[in-house]
Parts: sequence; structure tokens; C-alpha cells
Amino acid sequence: MSESTFGSYGGQYVPEALMPALEELEDAYERYVLENEDGFMDEFRERMRDFGGRPTPLQRADRLSERYDCEIYLKREDLVHGGAHKLNNALGQVLLAKYMGKERIIAETGAGQHGTATAMAAAHLDMPCEIYMGRTDVNRQRPNVYRMRMNGAEVNPVEAGRGTLKEAINETMRDWATTVETTHYVIGSVVGPHPFPKMVRDFQSVIGEEAREQIKERAGRLPDSVVACAGGGSNTMGTFHAFVPDCVDPRFADESSGRRPRDEDVDLYAVEAGGSSLEIDELEGVAPNSATLSTGTDGVLHGAMTKLLQSGEGQIMESHSVSAGLDYAGVGPELSHLVESGRVTPVNVDDEAALNAFHRLSRLEGIIPALESAHALGHVEEAHEDLGDLVVVNVSGRGDKDLETVLEETEKRDLEAAPDVEVFDS
Amino acid sequence: MSTDSEIERAIHENHPALITYLTAGDPSLEETKAYVEALDRGGADLIELGLPFSEPIAEGPTIQAAINRALEAGTTPERFFELVDDLEVEAPLLVMTYYNMILQYGSGAEPRPTESDATESRNRPDPEPFVERAAEAGLAGIIVPDLPAEEAGPLRTACDDHGLDLVFIVAPTTNGERLDRIMSRASGFAYVQARLGTTGARADVSSATHDSLARLEEYDVPKAVGFGVSEGEHAREIVEAGADGVIVGSALIDIVAESETPVADLEAKARELKGGAERGANAPEPEQP
Repeated sequence: MSESTFGSYGGQYVPEALMPALEELEDAYERYVLENEDGFMDEFRERMRDFGGRPTPLQRADRLSERYDCEIYLKREDLVHGGAHKLNNALGQVLLAKYMGKERIIAETGAGQHGTATAMAAAHLDMPCEIYMGRTDVNRQRPNVYRMRMNGAEVNPVEAGRGTLKEAINETMRDWATTVETTHYVIGSVVGPHPFPKMVRDFQSVIGEEAREQIKERAGRLPDSVVACAGGGSNTMGTFHAFVPDCVDPRFADESSGRRPRDEDVDLYAVEAGGSSLEIDELEGVAPNSATLSTGTDGVLHGAMTKLLQSGEGQIMESHSVSAGLDYAGVGPELSHLVESGRVTPVNVDDEAALNAFHRLSRLEGIIPALESAHALGHVEEAHEDLGDLVVVNVSGRGDKDLETVLEETEKRDLEAAPDVEVFDS
Repeated sequence: MSTDSEIERAIHENHPALITYLTAGDPSLEETKAYVEALDRGGADLIELGLPFSEPIAEGPTIQAAINRALEAGTTPERFFELVDDLEVEAPLLVMTYYNMILQYGSGAEPRPTESDATESRNRPDPEPFVERAAEAGLAGIIVPDLPAEEAGPLRTACDDHGLDLVFIVAPTTNGERLDRIMSRASGFAYVQARLGTTGARADVSSATHDSLARLEEYDVPKAVGFGVSEGEHAREIVEAGADGVIVGSALIDIVAESETPVADLEAKARELKGGAERGANAPEPEQP
């Protein structure tokens, strides 16, 4: 049996009814994913190539490189089928569910990218699929709601709380507790009870594996820094996993892969949503940010011990980000562990800086990034002098889904990088 | 077995036992006090009090709404314990809450408002202060719906140290080795989940109840059945199937939420449920096929 924790984080804090399903899933994960039983991983990789469009390019961003006077490379996960890295995990899990003989797929979604990826994977593999999505997110991510429906998935709006990802996860867990014998819950990030954080990371680790090989080929060496945005942390862990051993600290050196601690570290930056402020409104129970790694405290939510945005009494706070995909009060347990042990540096970027980065990349490079990824790019703008000469940034998704939000939020502000949005009204 | 368990004693002496659940603070802690006393008068043998948590993933809509009302009313762990301090009822009391609430009590973990102190170390969450306070308030046991036996080590130790029972839930999906593991760690009673899914009143007794009770027959721990029980007739059927007790929650919350005379109605409902359970115990042995 694989270890269920990362240091003091992780575990399996779920209702008893779900425990046998987690045992069954762990068994399937070990056999099919880790040991490639029945050629599962071969089929997964083939489908990721033919259906998913992998490998994605590692592109040199010429004008950003010029702007920051260093080499900036973009890992183009926005070019994965569906427009985000989410398909790596969704296809992996739906295929696994099929190998396990499950009959039905359920999933939760925040920004809608995971729901869309799951709906696509389910359609591709001919599995019935239901998606839970907070009412607020349904309203602010309408294009993705349409896409899910077009791929044949049912979309169930969740009215509870502020109607975001946290509430959608609660509702999906309730469905799963009722239907666990026939249904697989495709968790959308490296969160939840063991084995989800490990399994999702493994499906996503293709991002970092490709990027590591590609940067060596392009630049002849490993990067000084790798930057990725973190909500739950799936693109973060997917991007970082291959680079974690590239570190002089022997705790993180991966002896089994034959790699030795390097002379220089690859610094890993997890960029969280600073929202409008890092101050917390304790009275209202609201954090106007989603900066869990930077400001959270240890606790148990959605099946795992991890860092959380919570009150001193243990109530989970409502989080906020202009990016629906980062708007979550928890974070993956492995990421909490890597931050706690010093391997990953948590930083955060506020709504305004993310919006500026969104416009900047669109204008300078012809790439409209997801608002999630815009946070990672915002950090490069703010901290490029500390990132070294060679930087890899994961562009985890494309920004088409965010256009309505961006227009609305841009109109409220005086953004230096934004075009004149009034032309859209004429 | 553990004759020093106040809960087991209450179940044995009042067999078949009626176990009731209310969310503390719904709609206010003062009203909860009156409701608990009404259930006690009506014949409840054990009373579970829910300490509200913002993410109640094991609850259906009825209890979820009760939890929201209790949080709106400003129910905190400290006020919850003060309510328990004040209660004078015959039935032993249990607290039902989610693990994060137990871990954070007295941990001193305050949200950190700025990035500058992000690297400061702070206290690790620990269940002991909660259990210590629960024992001091006179609670007899703890039920944690999101804490399976595998993760329960630290809480089990704290409960043993302070003389509290830790009640585990047995689901329709629990089988084989896991069932042995849970039952070997259970104390007070085994909470037998009558059906898959979340809490909530239903119109009938699940057939899974009979299977679950049959699987548990050999274990020497009292068995109480919950999830979906709402009427005296359900209680009768469940006790007739071999349960030592019935657990009722959502049906009582419905009274709290809807009745104009909740105190009288809760007392009457408790009488109805207890009466049903007793009919089940007095029923003639079913004929062998």
C-alpha cells in the first residue's frame, strides 16, 4: 500500500461509506497507473497524444524575454484539447473508472475547465457524466457550462454558500456517498482523500516531464525558476513534480531516478490568488483572497489534512479571486508539505496584477491566457529580478472562458496593460 | 465489556434505546436547551448534539440547513460547551461534529493576515484540548462523521484518557477486515448507517438495515441504527430486526424548523419513537422459515 500522507499532510478524512471505494481506487491506482496492468498507461498516453494533443510546446516568449531581460519559456498547456491542463487528469481518471468497471462519472468544477475536460473525456470514452458547479461559477463561466452540456454532461448548479468550488465539492461528495458502488468521482485537483492527490499529480506530471526535457533541449540546462499558479494545485504539482529532485537539499533528491542533487537549485514558485487583499474579515468569515499556502493554517477539509483558510474556531472561510479556478479555501496536501519543508515558495498576486498580466500576454505574445495562468505571469512581472536568467512559466489554460469577467473587471479599473475596452460597446 | 461506559449502561438499562440528534444553536442555544429537555422528558435515552461545521459533507439538506441556522445564530464551540454545562437532563449527551472543529479547538491557530509573518511556526492541530473540555462539560461521547477508524488514533487516545466513548459509523459498504477493525475500536455503540447517502428523514426503512445488523450480530457492542428514521413504526421495525437502539435526527429538525409548538411536539415525537422501539422489542419472535 502506498503512503497516504506527505509529511503531516494528506490522509483519508471521509465518511465511512466512502472508505471501501477509496481502498478499491487505491488498488486500481497501484495496478493500472503505477504498474501499467493491462497496458493502462500505454492506452492513456496514446489517447493523450491522439485525442489530447500532447506533447504541448515549450515556447520561448520573445517579447517577455526582452521586457524582463532574461529567457522566459512558456509551457503551452493552453494548447491541450479543451484549452487547459485539466484534460490530463480527467482523461486519466475516466479511463481508470472504465478499467474499474464503474458505470457513471461525477465531478465538481470551479472555473468549469475541469468540468469541461471531464465531460469531454466522458463523451470520448462513452460514460454518462454529471457535473456539480456552484451557482456563482455557473453565472461567471457560461461558455464552459454550454460546452459541458454539448458534450452530453448534466450540469447541476449548487446554491449553497457563495456558490463556488467549495460548495460544489461538498455536493459531489454527497452524491458519491449515495452512489459509490457504481460511480467514480473524478476529483479535479491534487486535493481530497488519498489516493487522489497522488493519482492526480501522476496524471498531471507529464507537464513537468515534458518541460524538463524541452528546456534542456532548448537551453542546454535546467531553468533557474519554474512558476505555476496554485488554486487546488494540480497544474502546480504537475509542473513541479519532475523538478522537485533538482535541488541541493538531499531531502528532495530523487536517488531512484539516478539524478543527483545539482550544483544549483531549480526554484519552484506557487503563485496564489491575492484577491483584493490578504487581510481577513474574521467577523464575516471571508478571506478576500485564495492565498491558502501564504496565509492558511493546518486543518482537515474535503478528505485531507492540509493548509486551509479558516477561522480560529475551525470554520472554513469563503475565499475570493477574480479567477474562479483559483477560488478555493484549501490546497493540495503535497503542496502544503513542499511549502512547509521549504522546497516550494508560495507567493501571491492580486486581482489587479493578474488582470494586467492577462492583457500584457495577450498584447505582447498573442496568447490569451486563463486568468489562473495570468497570476503566474503576474508574478514574473513583479519578481523577475529574483527568478534568475532562465524561467519556465506554465500557461495552464487559455482565457476564452474568462473574457466576460475580464471585460467587466477591466472596466472597473484603470489598468496600464489593458486596451481601451469602450470600443467593444460601439 | 466496558462497564464504565455511561453510554453502554444507558443503552442496556433502557433497552431498546432512543437516541436523538439536534443541531446545537438551531435556531438559538436557549431554544436548543428547551428542546433537549423536552426530548429527555419524552423518553430519549441518549442525546446527540451537533456542533455546527461550515462544510457538513455527510449531511443531507435538512441538517445542513439546521447547521447554517446555528452558524448564523453565532454558535461557537465555547458557547456550545456552555450550553452543555447548563443542561440538566437524565440522558447522557454526545457531541457530533466534524474533525476540523475538534482539531482547531484550543490550537491557537489564528488566521494570519499578512504575508510578512507567513513563515512563523504555529501550534499543530491536536484533538486533546477539545476532548478535555468535552469531558469537563460532562459529555459522554463523541461522533465524528468524517473520521474513519484508520485516522482516529489521536482522538481515540484522547477519548481514552478522558473517559469518553468514541462512536464509529458502520456503513452498508463496510465489510470484512474493515468491519473487524472498526468494531474492535468502537465504544459506546456502533452507529449503523441504514442506507448509503447522507442524513435525512425517509418514508421507509431501508432493506440494507437488516443486512447490516446481520453482519454485526457477532460483535459485542450495542448497535443503533440511523439515517432515514422518522416514525415510531420505523423504530419498531428496526428494533425487531435486532437493533439495540434507533437514532433520529432529521425528523426532529423538521419539527424545530416548522412547528409552532416545538417543545410539545418534540416531546410527543420522542414518546412516539420510544413507543415504537418498545413495540419492536416486545414483538413475538419471527417464525423460522
